[in-house]
Amino acid sequence: MIKMNMLQAINNALITAMTEDEKVMVFGEDVGHFGGVFRATSNLQHQFGKGRCFNTPLTEQGIIGFANGLASQGSVPVAEIQFGDYIFPAFDQIVNETAKFRYRSGGQFTCGTLTIRTPYGGGIAGGLYHSQSPEAFFAHIPGMKIVIPRNPYQAKGLLLASIRDDNPVLFMEPKRLYRASVGDVPEEDYELPLGKAEVVKKGDHITLLAWGAQVEVIEKAAEMAEKDGISCEIIDLRSILPWDAETVSESVKKTGRLLINHEAPQTGGFASEISATVQERCFLYLESPITRVCGLDTPYPLAHEKEYMPDHLKTYEAIKRCVNF
Amino acid sequence: MVNERNHLSDVGISHKVNIIGKGTVDLPMLQILQPDGSVHDDADMPDLSRDEALKIFRTMHYIRVLDERMVGAQRQGRISFYLACSGEEASTIGSAAALSENDMIMSQYREQGALAYRGYRTEQFMNQMFSNKLDPNKGRQMPIHYGDKALNFMTISSPLGTQIPQAAGYAYGQKMAGNEALTICYFGEGAASEGDFHAGLNMASVLNCPVIFFCRNNGYAISTPASEQFSGDGIASRGLGYGVKTIRVDGNDVLAVYLATQKAREIALKENCPVLIEAMTYRLAAHSTSDDPTGYRSKEEEQKWREKDPVQRFENWMKSKDWIDEAEHKQFVEQTRQDVLAAMKKAEQVDICEIDDLINDVYDTPPWHLREQLSQLKQHIRLYPEAYPKTAGRINHD
Repeated sequence: MIKMNMLQAINNALITAMTEDEKVMVFGEDVGHFGGVFRATSNLQHQFGKGRCFNTPLTEQGIIGFANGLASQGSVPVAEIQFGDYIFPAFDQIVNETAKFRYRSGGQFTCGTLTIRTPYGGGIAGGLYHSQSPEAFFAHIPGMKIVIPRNPYQAKGLLLASIRDDNPVLFMEPKRLYRASVGDVPEEDYELPLGKAEVVKKGDHITLLAWGAQVEVIEKAAEMAEKDGISCEIIDLRSILPWDAETVSESVKKTGRLLINHEAPQTGGFASEISATVQERCFLYLESPITRVCGLDTPYPLAHEKEYMPDHLKTYEAIKRCVNF
Repeated sequence: MVNERNHLSDVGISHKVNIIGKGTVDLPMLQILQPDGSVHDDADMPDLSRDEALKIFRTMHYIRVLDERMVGAQRQGRISFYLACSGEEASTIGSAAALSENDMIMSQYREQGALAYRGYRTEQFMNQMFSNKLDPNKGRQMPIHYGDKALNFMTISSPLGTQIPQAAGYAYGQKMAGNEALTICYFGEGAASEGDFHAGLNMASVLNCPVIFFCRNNGYAISTPASEQFSGDGIASRGLGYGVKTIRVDGNDVLAVYLATQKAREIALKENCPVLIEAMTYRLAAHSTSDDPTGYRSKEEEQKWREKDPVQRFENWMKSKDWIDEAEHKQFVEQTRQDVLAAMKKAEQVDICEIDDLINDVYDTPPWHLREQLSQLKQHIRLYPEAYPKTAGRINHD
């Protein structure tokens, strides 16, 4: 075990994958010699050569189009989109190509080896275009997997699993944790399961569900609630698609209450999907309505960032409302 | 040179305002055969054997028969959709003939000539178009969205131009794997307006990808004429802007297409670079069976292009070489007609895939939510079997 921040853990996972399989190639804007604007790809070009780690022109649709072709050829592309906010020029390539390649060809061709890495989320004074959390757009696309880690240990294990998974994976990195989150990470190779949530803490009165950087927000809110005698079960969803409805439902059947927290705007956010599924599965177990604590239905603001964010205080208040319903 | 890092050091300087106009670069069109099939005296000639020429010639006629029969089948309501390639046979078949079988073909949707040249069989065409369980796509895509891994022919998708940056990526992978093979990417002049065209050419050029970009400039994107599609010097002029080696050919002259593609292939593999070919041709057919060209172009215009018909032009050249056995050729065309009709009858009798194939191949294995949805669907079909006659009788009792 060594102490790493999330960027170092991601860099370490990329080195592990590239060392093991020479078909792994890493590319995107500024990822070459410079090592990426966040330094997630530092030294990769030096270690593995320009053929396997390289800059691309500034064209997201080109990057993902290129990556789709490369994946269908049998290589293992890890394509970086510099900010999740800039993934939309590639939306067509992801929705209509990446995700449908296998289905439309009856399994003859696939983009299963592709991993798209992209930083997402707020809390870094990034305003409208360096803060968005677009996971729900992609959760609507059959054929994709979506994975979000909450700390360095999770980041390395989930990224290695994503690269080796035989389905295209959108790997979203909570960028406000890039340097803020530090933890023990094994130096050796390991994988964490995709499609599987993790119960981070056991509790009895309410289930709190989040992913990525918001997990520590619900943890903080839970600490406050515990002081009021409210016992919270905390779940990190880890995979948005396919998502682990069973672990969440089992927890809700036990606690009778569910609160979902995400940074993205509330309307059409992934919490809506979770709410619908959980009420179908747990209707007779629910003691109170499922509660959402989300971003506002506004573009991501700059000056009002603190007010916009579904922080621990909003979460704490929602926990109390839920328990006292 | 502006592509070097110190990108201003060697740029020539002018002290006069000189705004560059259109057409300052001469982009002539390679033509070997004149419209009547005779050879231009000083033309470069490809090295084409009689056997190769006959294969091209037969594929042209095969495709004419297939197109004619399938447009008919659509009119009879036997298939939902078809898309003929009349007028463009020289472009697709001539270019496919200049490739190696190891080269990947990424097509748009009007390249059935290239696929037939590769060896796709009549029953394979039919199984795809009738969406039956023998279709390798498992009946999931509209007619004409062919794909065959064994023939290195990438499965077609409807969105236009998406294959262009993909071809750059595929070719990059071929280069990295050390394959002596490249990718050819077909598209029309309309698709060249998509962002993916610009992204793809630029990426292929910057990342040194061995790929041939083959533009069929056939004059129309459904009803929109080329004059309303772009205002520069066609598609070829854009290649130069992206630093891509470029040639324009007469797309109705199969010898010119063949020779240009052969040269492009040599260069792309030797220098690890993309090459753009713009083939000037004409879509004699309607865009698809859902289209009627009489609403947007004149009979006179169509007639003008019929006189440049690529199949007739090649036939005249073949005759001048005395390479066609008339009786044998007649027999081939007649046999093809019968084969197509027989294969069609057979394919339309074959069942569609099992209901389980509705959820297979979305992922490598169906995840829980798809299994749950399938199980609910099966229960529902059992309740109303008459509403779902194609699958109701074949649902396993799990």
